[in-house]
Amino acid sequence: MTLLLKTLTFCAALGAADLAAAAAELSLAANTTGKNVHFMREQLDAFEKKTGHKVSLVTMPSSSSEQFSQYRLWLAAGNKDVDVYQTDVIWAPQLADQFVDLTAAAKDVVGAHFPSIIQSQTVNGKLVALPIFTDAPALYYRKDLLEKYGKTPPKTWDELAATAKEIQEKEHAAGKADLWGFVFQGNAYEGLTCNALEWIKSSGGGQIVEPDGTISVNNEKAAAAIERAKSWIGTIAPEGVLAYQEEESRGVWQTGNAVFMRNWPYAYALGNGDDSAVKGKFDVMPLPTATDGDKPSSALGGWNLAVSKYSDEQEAAIELVKFLSSKDVQKARALQLSQLPTIAALYDDAEIAAAQPFMPNWKPIFQSAVPRPSAVTKVKYNEVSSKLWSAVHNTLSGDGTAAENLELLEVELTELKGDSW
Amino acid sequence: MTDLTVADARAALAHPSHINSDLKAQRVRSAWVFLAPTLMVLALVAGWPLVRTIYFSFTDASLTNLGGAEFVGFQNYLSWITLKSGRTIYKGLLADPAWWNAVWNTLKFTVISVSIETALGLVVALVLNAHFPGRGLVRAAILIPWAIPTIVSAKMWAWMLNDQFGILNEIFVGLGLISQKIAWTASPDTAMVAVLIVDVWKTTPFMALLILAGLQMVPIDIYEAAKIDGVHPIRVFWRVTLPLIRPALMVAVIFRMLDALRIFDLIYVLTPNNAQTKTMSVLARENLFDFDKFAYGAAASTMLFLIIASITVLYMWFGRVNFEGGER
Repeated sequence: MTLLLKTLTFCAALGAADLAAAAAELSLAANTTGKNVHFMREQLDAFEKKTGHKVSLVTMPSSSSEQFSQYRLWLAAGNKDVDVYQTDVIWAPQLADQFVDLTAAAKDVVGAHFPSIIQSQTVNGKLVALPIFTDAPALYYRKDLLEKYGKTPPKTWDELAATAKEIQEKEHAAGKADLWGFVFQGNAYEGLTCNALEWIKSSGGGQIVEPDGTISVNNEKAAAAIERAKSWIGTIAPEGVLAYQEEESRGVWQTGNAVFMRNWPYAYALGNGDDSAVKGKFDVMPLPTATDGDKPSSALGGWNLAVSKYSDEQEAAIELVKFLSSKDVQKARALQLSQLPTIAALYDDAEIAAAQPFMPNWKPIFQSAVPRPSAVTKVKYNEVSSKLWSAVHNTLSGDGTAAENLELLEVELTELKGDSW
Repeated sequence: MTDLTVADARAALAHPSHINSDLKAQRVRSAWVFLAPTLMVLALVAGWPLVRTIYFSFTDASLTNLGGAEFVGFQNYLSWITLKSGRTIYKGLLADPAWWNAVWNTLKFTVISVSIETALGLVVALVLNAHFPGRGLVRAAILIPWAIPTIVSAKMWAWMLNDQFGILNEIFVGLGLISQKIAWTASPDTAMVAVLIVDVWKTTPFMALLILAGLQMVPIDIYEAAKIDGVHPIRVFWRVTLPLIRPALMVAVIFRMLDALRIFDLIYVLTPNNAQTKTMSVLARENLFDFDKFAYGAAASTMLFLIIASITVLYMWFGRVNFEGGER
């Protein structure tokens, strides 16, 4: 009853014109990784209270590749059931035609966000989506184990492998048979593209397709980087890592069965949760490089909200998007889910710095992060990514050498490119 | 009708046009009337999509622009350009190694899974055909794997097959059968095995049920005669049981084969994107929705349809299957 009263007062205050909008029923397609759904629901409740709209959550598969094809299917069919889509940073060029231009609606808030992130969501002058958080992966390491064996956090990939191997062997000898040195995302899906891009870029092997459209992936440094990753499989990383996505690697890590993990910042808050076996025993650092002193290369991630052009409630949907990308919600997200804000001012926030000590240090890292080649390859990006992850997955699982597979990949990409991307 | 004699019936058959033509025409009419709704629904939910898919496979349609599709002939299937150097480059589905890999995977999966399921299903059916207390309960219980939706059982098995937390590895390591945990769905050597295990677990009950239905049609007096003649039980199986349940067996096999040839859900959940298990359906979906190649995916779907149709026709021809029971 109080809710209804508040809503009524609110509506009255806004005037009769907003009454129709106040009754809107929205649905939001959202990720299910980590505690996102739980967090979203809380924020949506707050939004409902504030505006009187009703918002229901549509949960999506944890694999972003599957999420994308579901979106594509819905949008191609002109689905009116979903009003707001949570979209990956790389999807803007592929789905731009299906989303509403937010430029006018967001002109008062875009200035607060990092320009590079707003840029990534702008296609031909059209602002496709508003960012709710950004992402740059970290190397998670077990402080307690490194200390126990007198090791420093590794700066290069080879150092990481050596440290992981030594600790793994010694812990095995001590009876901890389930401990592994390193877990990452090796399943054949979008996540492997991110991992591979990091290995290649940090070894000076370019970024698959360069911003000018050149296909650069077939080079010795890239081949060496993938061969190096291949040498981890079955030695410091379980063979099953070839089927791991983010949540599977977090599963091994959070039960205390890995020395190192490559994952996104969301795992930081979860790892420090009460049910975590590694609570307080780990820290994060930038990903290693091939040689000491190189600039670390993290794949640029991040998620945004876009409004479907088929939605009947576009105004209310835009209101929701602005609410969820607002400073307050991003701050709550940083505090509860350890996901990186896209609003520059929040990096100087004392509360965030206290709750997520790693976060202020992350600002330079994601600002220099490597974008996946989605802007240059446009609608063909998914196929580029799929061909890359297949070539890498084949190499990792022992089907051909890195050099052979990259040569083949170059041929396939050249054919796919045709005259131009 | 009971007072109709055999002679009357014979006469009626001999001169159908005189006596029965009106009645027959009326029967044919009412048959069509009763069939019409079914045919219409079939045309709507099966015929129309099929025609559309075949149509799209000859166009350059993309998912976001289905209306603006233009006719391109057989380009999605096969096209070639001859370079100035005289070298000819083939493009299209029929020249795509990924497609033939998928065809090969599908055939391999079908032959192996259907063979195992037939053999196991036969054994289970023979056991269930015997009289023992609690038979009804066992018959119901054995159907459970078949009754669980594939997505649910695939997800369930995905956890059981998980390399670190999976119960299968736990059991095998505990029993000392394997020394190291196996990454069932990740390793290229075991990915197909994992899919086969789950499929066999899931569909053997279906096979058993169909074969059991065939077994119960076998007249008991034939067995009694064989028993009196002192024929060895194994010989009875090969010479009496098997020939008599053959029609039911053949129908069961073709149902399973059609199912196996278009396998999708199980592989999509267990080992998506894995080249060792990617089947025709998985490849078609990938092109249709993941990539910006709707027409190419439509071509793959059309080929899948043609392959399944021709395998079925061949099977029915060589296997002399008659869906009304008995031999052709």
